[in-house]
Amino acid sequence: MATQSQTTAAFSQQLGKYYATYTGTFVAFVILLAILEWAGVPNRVIGYLFVFFTLAVYAMIGVMSRTTQVSEYYVAGRRVPAIFNGMATGADWMSAASFVGMAGTLFLLGYDGLAWVLGWTGGYVLVSTLVAPFLRKFGAYTVPDFMSHRYGGNFARFLAVIVLVSCSFTYIVAQIYGTGIIASRFLGMQFEIAVFVGLAGILVCSMLGGMRAVTWTQIAQYIILIIAYLLPVIILSTQKYGIPIPQLMYGQAIQDITAREAQMLQTGLSTAAALKPHIIPFQTYSPLNFFGIILCMMVGTASLPHILMRYFTTPSVREARQSVAWSLFFIFLLYFTAPAYAAFSKLEVYTEIIGRDVTQLRPWLFTWGELGLIQICGKNAASLDAAIAACKAIAGHPGVVRLQDFVINTDVIVLSTPEIAGLPYVISGLVAAGGLAAALSTADGLLLAIANALSHDIYYKMIDPNASTARRLTVARVLLLIVAVLAAYVASTRPADILAMVGWAFSLAMAGNFPALVMGIWWKRTTTTAAVLGIIAGFGLCLFYLITTRYFPQAGVTYFGMSSLANPVTGAPLVDVAKVMADPRWLADVPAVAANPLQSRVGWFGLNNINCGMLGAPLGFLVMIVVSLMGKEPSKEMQAFVDEIRKPRGQTVIQEK
Amino acid sequence: MESKDQAYWNDTSRLMWTTLAIWFFFGYVVHMFVVPLNKIVILGFPLGFYMGAQGSLIAFVVLLFWFAKAQNNVDRKHGVAEDE
Repeated sequence: MATQSQTTAAFSQQLGKYYATYTGTFVAFVILLAILEWAGVPNRVIGYLFVFFTLAVYAMIGVMSRTTQVSEYYVAGRRVPAIFNGMATGADWMSAASFVGMAGTLFLLGYDGLAWVLGWTGGYVLVSTLVAPFLRKFGAYTVPDFMSHRYGGNFARFLAVIVLVSCSFTYIVAQIYGTGIIASRFLGMQFEIAVFVGLAGILVCSMLGGMRAVTWTQIAQYIILIIAYLLPVIILSTQKYGIPIPQLMYGQAIQDITAREAQMLQTGLSTAAALKPHIIPFQTYSPLNFFGIILCMMVGTASLPHILMRYFTTPSVREARQSVAWSLFFIFLLYFTAPAYAAFSKLEVYTEIIGRDVTQLRPWLFTWGELGLIQICGKNAASLDAAIAACKAIAGHPGVVRLQDFVINTDVIVLSTPEIAGLPYVISGLVAAGGLAAALSTADGLLLAIANALSHDIYYKMIDPNASTARRLTVARVLLLIVAVLAAYVASTRPADILAMVGWAFSLAMAGNFPALVMGIWWKRTTTTAAVLGIIAGFGLCLFYLITTRYFPQAGVTYFGMSSLANPVTGAPLVDVAKVMADPRWLADVPAVAANPLQSRVGWFGLNNINCGMLGAPLGFLVMIVVSLMGKEPSKEMQAFVDEIRKPRGQTVIQEK
Repeated sequence: MESKDQAYWNDTSRLMWTTLAIWFFFGYVVHMFVVPLNKIVILGFPLGFYMGAQGSLIAFVVLLFWFAKAQNNVDRKHGVAEDE
């Protein structure tokens, strides 16, 4: 079909023009704001203009992409070219945690933080080789669609929906929380109001146009987030080393950090206990947990429905594979820059803050100290006087800032880089717009995954298979609204555990989805009973391990033989379990609270609870293999179906209306 | 299954295992040697740290583009590629 590929090429070219114009307009807008700032427009106004301009653009794309066709709503009409789908996936993937938190994690943990960088990139190899092209050939609207078709109907579908909702909902709450934090920090809005502004930003993108609108806005959001991430650190690298390639120049910074670390220890500016040398491995995570995080994040990537469904939108199986490669390329641009941010910030902190007389601290610190994000001598560094007073209160304090006196929230690393480099406020506004784009785009993808599972899988496939197109789309939009408002409500209560739960989503997806997806495609012998039992066993074990170690560690110790995790450096137990268990305040039947000294510090085999997928997924595979071999071979039709999804050529296996 | 399909699937499986072997090397094996690799320093980067921060990531990106191409060739060879 030469004509089809010609139209695709023409469409691609046209899209290229649109987005090039869009990028040019955005750059012009940034320059305009820079001029306004120079002319004396206050920072607050610049911040507002940034946020409202970008939200208005997303809303415009959202409204222009509205649709009344089911296939447009669920899979963007399956005509998103590989490279653009790659960009959209990049935005879908990179959340507030990647944009704002990743560099900070690397700052704090040094080498061990790289487990997250590796885990959140390498998973795309599994997506491309094992899962996504086959699901594209199948032609589903949702991941539970595949489970239901391969594993005998609605029970498997229902299980898949449970897995999907449990790994996506906490994740979306964290994104909305992230938009609230960014909006409140840069616009000075009240957090609870900022959350609902973020909610509006999410809804305008997804409500009218579903996947189609989300796709085109995610591409726009990717462009903003990548410019916002790269620009400050490129300027910083040029200022410090004269070459605008931070990814190459931070090698020097690492050398300087290592030299400074030794110096700080010698001069008493730091104790060995307070210092984690930047390049020395396995100080935060034991090797088992380090490689466990890499594995769980990678396999989780290949199991998360909001990522897999992005590859349902490409025009062909071939483009789905290419698109995975492009996705990783666009994600890579941010992830291989994050360690540069971490190194530059760390050098700045080690040389400009640590060892400096408390009375000589630089003023950028106090804007973050006021928000409680930087502490000096155990108190929020809201002003110079506050910092001096706090240090005076410590007996025998030498009057210079020591490493153990200084505490910084990980979010500050990226957000404060423009100020450290002494850049105008417009760059800070740009970074805020980028962080907002990262959070909104991920929230959109997740929201759509949840709402589609409820409207397509639960409502249309299980409750009312005769529903008309108009009715299905109405239900989809209403459910989308309900899920979004619910997530925003939960975010506005500032749940304490929410950030920890994002990591859990990967392990839960890994345990609940990965074995069933891979076995369904790669082993024809897998039976329905085996898959259903495998999902329940794997997901169940992972969930059990998470909940027990975090909320009921005493019960874990008493009934399930759990013991203390080990300190990765010394190998000694993290907590004295026997002592805590003997303490009447922590009786076994008291539900765990945040102060519980055993929380997340006990387990089996020294495994962190974030790595529960390491227990669940192998069990899932084992159950599927054993039960399959005990049962009867799947029917000839089912085997023919598996053959069919393995071959790229031909129509999609199912033709959705 | 017809033998023609079987031949296609054998080639596809072989490519999958090759790709995953390279993935495993860059995702895990190389990082097990981080301590000795850190003794080698290039442009200020200790090599073990560099592999975690950039080296393996570059390898994954290249691997994926190579895989997409190689799988296309397999598809074409067995006549199951989609029309262009």
